[in-house]
This record gives sequence, structure tokens and C-alpha cells, in this order.
Amino acid sequence: MKPFSYERAGSPAEAAAAAVRTPGAKFIAGGTNLLDLMKLEIETPVHLIDVNGLSLDKVEPTPDGALRIGALVRNTDLAADERVRRDYGVLSRALLAGASGQLRNKATTAGNLLQRTRCPYFYDTAQPCNKRRPGSGCAAIGGFSRQLAVIGGSEACIATHPSDMAVAMRVLDAAVETVRPDGAARSIPIAEFHRLPGDTPHIETVLEPGELITAVTLPRPVGGTHIYHKVRDRASYAFALVAVAAVVQPDGSGRVALGGVAHKPWRVEAAEAEMPKGAKAVTAQLLAGAKPTPENAFKLPLVERTLGSVLAEAKG
Amino acid sequence: MHQPGDLDVTRRGVLMGTAATIALTAGSFPVPAEAAIGDAAPQQTLTPVTSTVSFTVNGRDHDLTLDTRTTLLDALREQLHVTGPKKGCDHGQCGACTVLVDGRRINSCLSLAVMHQGDSITTIEGLGMPDRMHPMQAAFVKHDGYQCGYCTPGQICSAVAVLKEIEAGIPSHVSADLMAAPKLTADELRERMSGNICRCGAYSNIVDAITEVAGREA
Repeated sequence: MKPFSYERAGSPAEAAAAAVRTPGAKFIAGGTNLLDLMKLEIETPVHLIDVNGLSLDKVEPTPDGALRIGALVRNTDLAADERVRRDYGVLSRALLAGASGQLRNKATTAGNLLQRTRCPYFYDTAQPCNKRRPGSGCAAIGGFSRQLAVIGGSEACIATHPSDMAVAMRVLDAAVETVRPDGAARSIPIAEFHRLPGDTPHIETVLEPGELITAVTLPRPVGGTHIYHKVRDRASYAFALVAVAAVVQPDGSGRVALGGVAHKPWRVEAAEAEMPKGAKAVTAQLLAGAKPTPENAFKLPLVERTLGSVLAEAKG
Repeated sequence: MHQPGDLDVTRRGVLMGTAATIALTAGSFPVPAEAAIGDAAPQQTLTPVTSTVSFTVNGRDHDLTLDTRTTLLDALREQLHVTGPKKGCDHGQCGACTVLVDGRRINSCLSLAVMHQGDSITTIEGLGMPDRMHPMQAAFVKHDGYQCGYCTPGQICSAVAVLKEIEAGIPSHVSADLMAAPKLTADELRERMSGNICRCGAYSNIVDAITEVAGREA
């Protein structure tokens, strides 16, 4: 690990200002992903700004019936929150499908959104990777790609976003609240928060330098049956091959988002009009234009079958 | 059990002494340290930076001056000679380093020591010692919940926390009903213990030990 200096931030705006004042600085919250990457020298911050003392750890209702989740709410606490379990079950389920009990106790809401890909070539510093070293190439294309993206990729990158939580937040139309270094706040729809790789896969979100996430807000509950199905190589503590987050209404209408298939949580609202017709019709639109590799082409039928099981479960 | 500063000449003692010497040497470089806080742009440097932190370990207060890179696990093992928490993968994947921080289980390898100001840390030594074992330790012995024993301190810290999490109503991936109190089943225990790997494969005996402590028949 490279040496770094360390400070504890006094307020969100101060943290954001400190981050732009110090080139090469990073925020640290739970640290479960950042420290892992620092040990491998994939991340080499020169300065860490510890945001854990910023009192952003509450889950609170807003006057208009939404639920505001502080950036520092731990994954365990968010999954166990009674309002989340009752009104946003797909989010509880997604959180509980990710990582281990120890990691969920540390990992935060904002950190989960910002976690880096687990593409094996991103982790292998002896290999080219446009995300780790821009312009160096992509060893994953033509390499071992079983885990990697089938849609939305580019010639520069076929990595996936590893989060389960973010997939549920996408299906719930969450908004990411931030504060910028000048102290101004803004709200970013989750649909626009993560970027596709294009020719700049190292730029993963629309956050500006120094911009700090302060909360994630879930709109009023939409009812329906909430389901998160994650398909992986072992029954627990593994990243998704394919994950389906869905909210299905009694009349068969609903919403669906996918994890494990793209550089961001994957949702195509137009495909949702097909939900009463079944999984095949939805998947055809959801994955239209998919470009799988020979190693991960299995994900296309797997999405359809996983969605089929989700819709069957929703019917009860 | 070794106490800090109580280094008799054993293999572990010699190794600890070596590590302490290295740490001292590293700490003697000129450092920007606290001066960096609040100052403009620290430059990219290969010089270690030190910082101070105070926390309690198994009820004892400690004030430490550490290289900022020191993980909680390394601070416990190398600085305080609390060697119950083990270094397995050092990447949060195996659970051998599991400790309780303010009662919650975490991977001590994926947490910086300087981020634990004011925290209360409990390791396997704080749960119990051979002459006064914690019920979970006694149950692991009775049910043979280990073979080589390397993962055991982490398994036991995790198991103690798992029972508290179930009692607190925290659901798991295998809980059928998110709104109901979680049940104490073997499936629940296996899922909740999945962050602790045992390469000897003592899993079924570990489940038996936890089940006994939870007050149910295996």
C-alpha cells in the first residue's frame, strides 16, 4: 500500500472542499472495497478523507412520503430497517444477497454505489485494463469473460457493476443526493448516476471531482410484490452471474432491472410494457442489442429463465 | 498468553520483536503526519505518514501512534500482540480476522486502525480464555468445530455476533419472510456464517456448536 495522509472531515461541504484541494485524495467510509484495492495498489490515494463522522447515518421519512437514506447507513442496517423491509422489500433482499455479514456491517449506502468492478483483469495489475490504466487496452475482450458484461459494453471495456443494492435502487427509481465542493447540493436520478464505459471506462459515474454523496432517496412506496433473484456460482457470498430485481403489481404490470449484465444496473422501461406477456417478451426488449462473448452468452437465456421464475413467484 | 511487552523467547516472540523493530524504523522517517491535516495538497510521497488513535481492546485502553496504512488487524497483532485474530487472505474474503467492534462483527483486515478512534474492540481473547471459556468456545470444543484451528477465532467471534443479529431481528438472504422474526435454523446459520471459510471443512460441527449455544437441538 502506498503511504497516504489522513484527516477526519468536519462536515459534508468541508469534505468535498478538501477533496478538490488535495489532488489524489479520496473519501473513505466503510473502506471494504477501497482498502482491498489500495493493498493491491490499484487505488493509490495520497490522502484519505474519513467521512464516517458526518452524521449521515439515518434513515428518515421525508414530508412527501419518500424515504431518505443517509450515505453512511450500513448495508446491514438498511436491509433491517422496518420501513425498507415493509415498503421496499426488493432493496432489503438485494442487500442481503450481497457480500457477507461482516462486510455488510461496514459497507455503506454511498460506498456500495461507488464500488469498483470485480473484472479479473481490473484486479490483475500485470494485465492491460482501460479502467485501471486508461489507454492500456482491455485484456478481458478475448480473455476469460464468463462473469462480464453482455450489453452496453464497448471496445474499451466489458466490465460489470458488481452491486446488488444499486440494481434494486434502479428499479425503485432512487435519487442520489450530493454536495459539491462549492457547497451546492444536487439530486441525480439513479438512472443517470452510473455511466456506460464508452471510451472512458475509468469514469464510472457522473460525480464531479470532490462531489460527495450525502443520501439516497427512495420515492413513495409503489406497492406490489418485491422480488430479487440472484444467480451465482455458490449459494452465498459470491457476485451475481445474473440478478433480477422486480416489482410486480397484481395486474401483472411492473418494473424490472438486471444486475451482472452491464457496466451499470440495467433497466429498459419500454420493455416493462411487455411484462403481462411474460419473460420471453420482456427479455427480448431488455437485452435487444446484446453482444455477449462466447463465454458469457449463457447469460441471455439465464436472464429469461430467472425473470420467468420471478414472474411465476409473483403470481404466487 | 502473551501480554504486550511480555516477549519471552519463543518463535512467536522473536517474530513479534522483528515486526516491532521494523515498525519503529518505519516510524522514524521524517513525516508530514498531523501537519498534513487541513494543509494544502500533500504531494505524492513514498514517506510513511503516522497518526495517533486511541481505542480499547478487550477492556484495556490503548493509545497508539501508527503508520496510517496499518489495518486494525495488524495493529492488534503486531503492535498490541493480540494474536487471536488471524491473517488469512487479508482481503475480507476468509473471515479469519473477524473481531467485534462495539459489538458488531467486521473484517479487521479491511479497516484502518486510525479509523477506530474511541471504539471498543473485542477479540477472541476478550470473549474467553482457556480457564474461563465463553459458551461458544466451549461448544466448539465439545462439537469439534475445527481441525487445524486457524479460522476458529474468527468463526467464534462471528458466531457470537450471528446469534445477536438473529435476536435483533436482522433478516438474512434465506429468511422466508422479511417481516417475521428470523428463525434459528441450520440454513440460517450456514448463510449467516458464509463470510467465515474453514478449509478443513468443519462446517457441520460448527453449525452444531452454534445451535447448541442458541439453545436448540442440532
